[in-house]
Amino acid sequence: MTVLEQPGAYAPAPPPSWRPRTDAAPLLPDAEPYRVLGTPSGDREAAEPDAGLLRRLYAAVVHGRRFNEQATALTRQGRLAVYPSSRGQEACQVAAALALREQDWLFPSYRDTLAAVARGLDPVEVLSLLRGDWHHGYDSPATRVAPLCTPLATQLPHAVGLAHAARLKGDEVAALALVGDGGSSEGDFHEALNFAAVWQAPVVFLVQNNGFAISVPLAKQTAAPSLAHKGVGYGMPGRLVDGNDAVAVHEVLCEALARARSGGGPTLVEAVTYRLEAHTNADDATRYRTDSEVEAWRAHDPVTLLERELRSRGLLDEKAVQEAEEAAEEQAARLRERMHQDPPLDPAQLFAHVYAEPTPQLRDQADQLRAELAAGEETR
Amino acid sequence: MSTAVRQPAAAPAVRKPATMGQALRRALRDAMADDPDVHVFGEDVGTLGGVFRVTDGLAAEFGPDRCTDTPLAEAGILGTAVGMAMYGLRPVVEMQFDAFAYPGFEQLVSHVSRMRNRTRGGMPMPMTIRVPYGGGIGGVEHHSDSSEAYYMATPGLHVVTPATVADAYGLLRAAIASDDPVVFLEPKRLYWSKADWDPEQPEPVPGVGRAVVRRRGSSATLITYGPSVPVCLEAAEGAREDGAEGWDLEVIDLRSLVPFDEETVAASVRRTGRAVVVHESPGFAGPGGEIAARITERCFHYLEAPVLRVAGFDIPYPPPMLEQHHLPGVDRILDAVARLQWESGFTEHVGVGEGRRGGAV
Repeated sequence: MTVLEQPGAYAPAPPPSWRPRTDAAPLLPDAEPYRVLGTPSGDREAAEPDAGLLRRLYAAVVHGRRFNEQATALTRQGRLAVYPSSRGQEACQVAAALALREQDWLFPSYRDTLAAVARGLDPVEVLSLLRGDWHHGYDSPATRVAPLCTPLATQLPHAVGLAHAARLKGDEVAALALVGDGGSSEGDFHEALNFAAVWQAPVVFLVQNNGFAISVPLAKQTAAPSLAHKGVGYGMPGRLVDGNDAVAVHEVLCEALARARSGGGPTLVEAVTYRLEAHTNADDATRYRTDSEVEAWRAHDPVTLLERELRSRGLLDEKAVQEAEEAAEEQAARLRERMHQDPPLDPAQLFAHVYAEPTPQLRDQADQLRAELAAGEETR
Repeated sequence: MSTAVRQPAAAPAVRKPATMGQALRRALRDAMADDPDVHVFGEDVGTLGGVFRVTDGLAAEFGPDRCTDTPLAEAGILGTAVGMAMYGLRPVVEMQFDAFAYPGFEQLVSHVSRMRNRTRGGMPMPMTIRVPYGGGIGGVEHHSDSSEAYYMATPGLHVVTPATVADAYGLLRAAIASDDPVVFLEPKRLYWSKADWDPEQPEPVPGVGRAVVRRRGSSATLITYGPSVPVCLEAAEGAREDGAEGWDLEVIDLRSLVPFDEETVAASVRRTGRAVVVHESPGFAGPGGEIAARITERCFHYLEAPVLRVAGFDIPYPPPMLEQHHLPGVDRILDAVARLQWESGFTEHVGVGEGRRGGAV
C-alpha cells in the first residue's frame, strides 16, 4: 500500500470550476457584410432609410469623390507633399462623420482627411499635414477631431483614453476611431481594443478594410475569419458591414455609438471596401494588383450605389445630380485656389511649442536661427 | 514653471525619518487631493500599491477610478494617458521597471513628446511618467537599466530624477503640476533611503529644471544625479584624505536632465577648473557626453583638465552578481579625480574669470 492509497491521506478534490466569462456567440459578426443599398426593400432588416439622410449622404459622397480627385491633382501641382486617397472609400469616410453627434470625437488616420472635411472642418486646415506647412492644421479641442495620425493604430489608445476620461467625468461622449486593415496587425490595435473592453469605454473602432496595406493583401496580414471576428477575443461585439454602402455603414455606426454612449461598451466594426487608387500618389498599384480586380470594385462604387437608391426612390433626378456635382466642383475650385497660395511660414514657431516655456537651450537655438535669417536678409 | 506645492497651515514641525518611497507616495496623495483631474494608473498600482508600494493606499483613499490597475500593456497605458490628457485630465502613470517601459516608446516618442508641438500648444500633454530606474538592488535581467539617455534624446520631454527624500516629494509635485510631459525617473536603490522629513511641511523645491550644489568644494566639480549622488558625496568625503594634499570636491545634483541647468554647472566648473560627470548609464552616447561637451563649450578657458566621465560600461546591464563591477563606485570616481592633471599648476580658490593661464576673459 502506498502512502496515497492509505485512507484519508489524500482526498482528491475536483479542479476549481471553469466557465467562459461571457457568452461568445452574440459577439460574433454575421457571415455576410450587412447591406442596405442594392437589396430589395422587402428583405431589409431596418426601416427604410430616411430621405433626408439619403440626400445628405449623397451630397457628401459626391463632394468627397471630387475632393479626393482635387487633392490628388494638388500633389501633381506640387501643392501637397503627398496624398493618400480615400477614393472608393467615400462611403466609410462620410458615414463616419455623419454618424457622430456634436460632442463626439473622431480619431482619424492619415487616409481619413475626407472624414474630417465631411465633419465640416476647413479642408485647407485639414490638409496642413500633407501640405507640410505644419504637422496639424485645425483646432482639435474645438472641432473634436484628433490630429490625423500617421503611425498606424497609435491613435486607437488615444480614443480609448479620451472616451474613458469623458465617462469618468460623466459626459455623454463617444469616440470613433478609424484604422485600416494593415493597422489591425499593430500592437496598439490589440492594446487599445483590450483596454476599451476592460474599461467598457464608449468607443467604436471602424476598420476600413480596403484590401491592401500599401502592397500587402489582407491574406498576408491576418488568418482571422474576418477582422470583425477579432472583437470576440476582447469581449466586444464585431460587426461586418459593406463599406461601400454609406447607408449601412451609417446605420451600424449610429447603433454602435448609441450603445457606447449609453454605457454598453465598445464595438469593433469592419467595413469591407476597396482603395481604388494607389496607396499614395508616390505608389504604383499595378505592381501588386490586376486591373480586373479594380474593375470589379468599380462596379460596386459607393457613389453609384447611393445614386441608384435615390433615383429608384424618386429622390434624385438629372437636375439634382447636376446640382450636386456643380456644388462639389465649386468647392474643389475654391480649395484649389486657396491651396495655390503659399502658406504663411514662421520659423520662430519651430521653437514656440516644444514646451510650455522654452528651455534655455531652445532660446539659444531660436536666437541662432533668427540671426541666420537676419544675416540672410542683409546679404540678399 | 510653477511647483504648486501645497502649503498647509503652520503646525509644529515633526521631522522624523521618512524614506524616499514614502515621500513619493505622499506627493501622489497630496497631488490627487489637490486636483481631481490627477489620475494614477498602471500595472499593480491599485490593490497592491505598486511593486515598490509607492501607490500604497491611493486606491483605498481615492477609489479605483482615480488609482487604477490597468491591463499589462505599456503602450496601452501611455496611449490611453494621451487620450485622457486630451480630455483635460492630468495622468500620472507608472512604468513598473525601466526596461518594461520600452513597449511604450512609440507612444512616448511619437505622441506624448510631440502633441504640444504638433497642435501648436492646442493639446498640451500634462502627464507624468514614473519610471523606477537604475541598478544596485540585485535585480535580474531587465530590472536595472538606466534608460535616461533615450528620454533625453527625445525633444518635448522633461526628464527629472530625485536623489533625496525632500526632492522626491518636491520634484514629483512639480512634475505633476507641469503642463509638459515629465519622465520622472525614480532611483530604485534610493527608495529605502531615509532622511528627517516632515510631510506636513515639505521643503519647497523650485520647478523642474534647476540643479543644486549638494556639497561646496573648490578643487573639482562632480556632476551627477539620481542614484549616483550619494556615491559622489561619499567620494567627496573620501577625497579629503586622498591624494597628496586632499581634494575639496564640489558635488552638483542635476535633479533635472531636461531642462539642463547649464548655469549652475558652468558657474561651478569656472570656479573649480575641473569636472567629472558621474552616472550609471553607459558612457557612450550617454548623458555625460552631452554634459562634457557643454562644459567644454562654455568653460574651455577655465578648464585645467579634460572633462572626464565615470559611467557604466558600454555593456548590457550585468547580472546581479557582477553588477558591482559595472556601477560607478567611490574608488572609480576618485581614480578619475586623480587623473585631472593636478600637476598643471591651476590655482585653487580663485574667483570666476581668474586662474586661467594666458590672456583675458
